[in-house]
Amino acid sequence: MVLPAAERLPWSRGAWRDTLFVLSGAPLQAVCWTLVALPWAFWAPYRTGSVLSLLLLSCAAVLALVRPLGRAHRERAWAVLGADLPAPPPRRKLLRALRSEDARRDLGRELLYHLVVGPLLGGAAAAVALAWAGGAALACSAAFAFWLPPSKGLAVLLAGLTLAGLALLIAAPWLAAGTRRLDVRAMAALLGPDRARELERRVEDLAGKRADVVDAADLERRRIERDLHDGAQQRLVALAMNLGLARETLTDVPEPARRVIVEAHEEAKAALAELRDLIRGLHPAVLADRGLDAALSGVAARVPLPVTLRVDVAERVASTVEAVAYFVVAEALTNVVKHAGAASVEVDVVRDGPTLRVRVADDGAGGADPARGTGLAGLARRVRSVDGTFRVVSPPGGPTALTVELPCAL
Amino acid sequence: MRVVIAEDSVLLRAGLIKLLETAGFEVVAAVGEAAGLLAAVAEHRPDLAVVDVRMPPGHTDEGVRAALVIRRESPDVAVLLLSQYVEERYAADLLAEHTSGIGYLLKDRVADVSTFLDALRRVAAGGTALDPEVVAQLLLRRGGGPLGRLTPREREVLELMAEGRSNAGIAAALVVSESAVAKHINGIFTKLDLPHAEGDHRRVLAVLRFLDGDA
Repeated sequence: MVLPAAERLPWSRGAWRDTLFVLSGAPLQAVCWTLVALPWAFWAPYRTGSVLSLLLLSCAAVLALVRPLGRAHRERAWAVLGADLPAPPPRRKLLRALRSEDARRDLGRELLYHLVVGPLLGGAAAAVALAWAGGAALACSAAFAFWLPPSKGLAVLLAGLTLAGLALLIAAPWLAAGTRRLDVRAMAALLGPDRARELERRVEDLAGKRADVVDAADLERRRIERDLHDGAQQRLVALAMNLGLARETLTDVPEPARRVIVEAHEEAKAALAELRDLIRGLHPAVLADRGLDAALSGVAARVPLPVTLRVDVAERVASTVEAVAYFVVAEALTNVVKHAGAASVEVDVVRDGPTLRVRVADDGAGGADPARGTGLAGLARRVRSVDGTFRVVSPPGGPTALTVELPCAL
Repeated sequence: MRVVIAEDSVLLRAGLIKLLETAGFEVVAAVGEAAGLLAAVAEHRPDLAVVDVRMPPGHTDEGVRAALVIRRESPDVAVLLLSQYVEERYAADLLAEHTSGIGYLLKDRVADVSTFLDALRRVAAGGTALDPEVVAQLLLRRGGGPLGRLTPREREVLELMAEGRSNAGIAAALVVSESAVAKHINGIFTKLDLPHAEGDHRRVLAVLRFLDGDA
């Protein structure tokens, strides 16, 4: 929070706000040590038992006050500065909470604020108060000149004191602003939630949610595949079969009618082939059943190019990852056939510990650019959805190599 | 000829029954899942079982597994598998144990009625019927070795052979004379170092053994 210089002039609103903030902190900063020290001012026990119980009592009081004090500090920041500092995770039973390491660390940070940083800030608040009061008094020292016995050099002394007072008045807002900044920063770091831990938890949470979303999409793809397989595809087969039967048996119908039957039959078969390709691209049953090797050999065989396929995945990987790897190879091969003009393709799928490495290399024309083709961009997106890495090396003139690394488990 | 049908889609089951009965087959049982198929085969001892690969409860490869059980336990029952997709891996599983009385076709082939019925009869007679797509997959998969020495025409002939076609069938498909086909086949046998054998089945068996052994 860097304020413009005008905000730090002694008569500006910013200066008064900072001063108010810093001074309002001082009593709160003093509470803990006062609680520890105060009893000794009135009562000085000599028996060890009494000393220990008094110490214990002070400690308990401090521990009990840590949270309310922290809340008071945050309220102070909100009321004076309008700064909304995040509250630490709620803690119901102090003793039970101390069993968890996170809660212990939280308490440690809070004690650090109230017992160490707080008093220092309290000292700074006193300095701010002194700067204001002393500055004002010194600046007005000329007014007291009438009561002083006239002497040599008084005028010089008075002028010096006045200047010193003005300097203090100028310095006070800067001191207040600095203290305010330190306090806000200390409060955010020590009284709020542990940022690193919060982020860690948030990342874990998001990673879990994303894995759920990716799995859900995969599941949805399988459901669509099942539905199409059980529904439209069977109907089309039955339709094509009936048309085939009609074509074979209705030999004595007029020629135009016969031509229509023949056309319908051919159309039905073409539709079946198209639907089959579409459905197999969604999620082939053989993938869930036999794994990548079996599913990819089917894909490789459909490519009208010599494909060298090497699959070395001794232990099955997560089904969503399998689906992504399958999709990558299938799409990459489709791209090669469509755009590369290649003579041959090599596909390698190797499991290396926690990583599944997929490489599709062709000897085609090259020049593939993920930024331009929607196919490659879609692939990259799908790979990223499971935290994989995606790399295309495709200089103009070829060859092209697509390398994808996927984590074996989500 | 007595046939058992296992197909979980009611629509397609009815269609198959109609098709087979029109063609003069006797459909003795039609069931919707693998357990029912095994029971029906045990009860009726049919000549042929027409089996969908993907059936309840798992909807993956129940048909393939049932086919292997049937071929093992009732060798006189031929099995024709039908599937929406043909997978080289399933074909390899099937052919690893049996190369006779077995067929594996895309469901689409049902639409070409007479070709489909031919395949049915061939399988029931102890022959083989592999979908052209399976054969293409198998050839590509094992394409590295001596198969690479074949000319494109010889490859085509080998694919048709592997589908289970006779010389006359191959000649018709490629629109060449039967003697030209015989010449190609001799060329294939020589290049693949296969001994000459009589009859369609032994020929297919030799081809499939080769495809399987070259993995």
